[in-house]
Amino acid sequence: MKIFIYPTNSLILSDLVARFGHEPLAIMQEISKKIKTGGLDSPPLNITPEDPKFGLKYAAVEVPSGVRGRMSLFDPLLTQAGAAIIVRDPVISFGCMGCARTNELVNFLIRAKKIPMLDLDYPTSEEEAKQFVFKISEFLKSLKHAEAAK
Amino acid sequence: MTDTVTKMAVINSTKVLPSDVIIKLYESNADVTIKETCFGVIVSGERKAVDELLSTARKMDPYGIFIKERGFAPGDVIRCRATRRGGARPGFHTLETEDKILPHIAQALKALDKGEVPEKKKQKKKLDIEKFKQIIEEAEVSE
Repeated sequence: MKIFIYPTNSLILSDLVARFGHEPLAIMQEISKKIKTGGLDSPPLNITPEDPKFGLKYAAVEVPSGVRGRMSLFDPLLTQAGAAIIVRDPVISFGCMGCARTNELVNFLIRAKKIPMLDLDYPTSEEEAKQFVFKISEFLKSLKHAEAAK
Repeated sequence: MTDTVTKMAVINSTKVLPSDVIIKLYESNADVTIKETCFGVIVSGERKAVDELLSTARKMDPYGIFIKERGFAPGDVIRCRATRRGGARPGFHTLETEDKILPHIAQALKALDKGEVPEKKKQKKKLDIEKFKQIIEEAEVSE
């Protein structure tokens, strides 16, 4: 199953989802498509006039272009997501490293999708990490059982 | 068009160094681009070849090597610090933040493989409003 992860570029979540036999939906794969697609309409990231349209699906035209631009990257991830693993308030999404409004919108949209979801906090100790990994493993196992039952 | 992919393996191990992994990857003679970095290795090439290579490399320390996909190929001029006049590479701070937790995650994965079920942490209850009022009243009386 395709699992949406948040933070969308998380090494830990991406690795754990793949380890437990699912496919992580991470922002890196979307960026990779932008770079590799032939025909550079607008270098360096190959944003085409089609991209803002995806952003406009989620945010109105008066919303800052940064939000719409980011949403155009998130659109394929949100569309494909069959389940989600969300880390609450990750430190790395604070400040200039992230766009708070986009993060809020992504969290809202993924919740509105009513898909199986696991909310967690980043661990700070070994005990918390054990809980973190155990919960993710159990959640992903349950998804496999649900898929098999279908 | 072939499905090319770039993956980074972050090494947080007491047994394996990035140079050990690089040697292992070179031994395979696969048609991929490999770059050794301070945090591990970056491998770029056909998806199947990259996945096979990295799963072989991970066997060197299953709990110490973490893998994720990367958008940019190794040495891409948009990301490479050499062409960006130095400074932290975009994505470095995320990696640095998560790298600090990796030893805990490694221990957790070991525990999971042993079949350990972690004890549920007792969640701290919020202070009851009546109890809070009582504390305020007691403080006022004592003054």
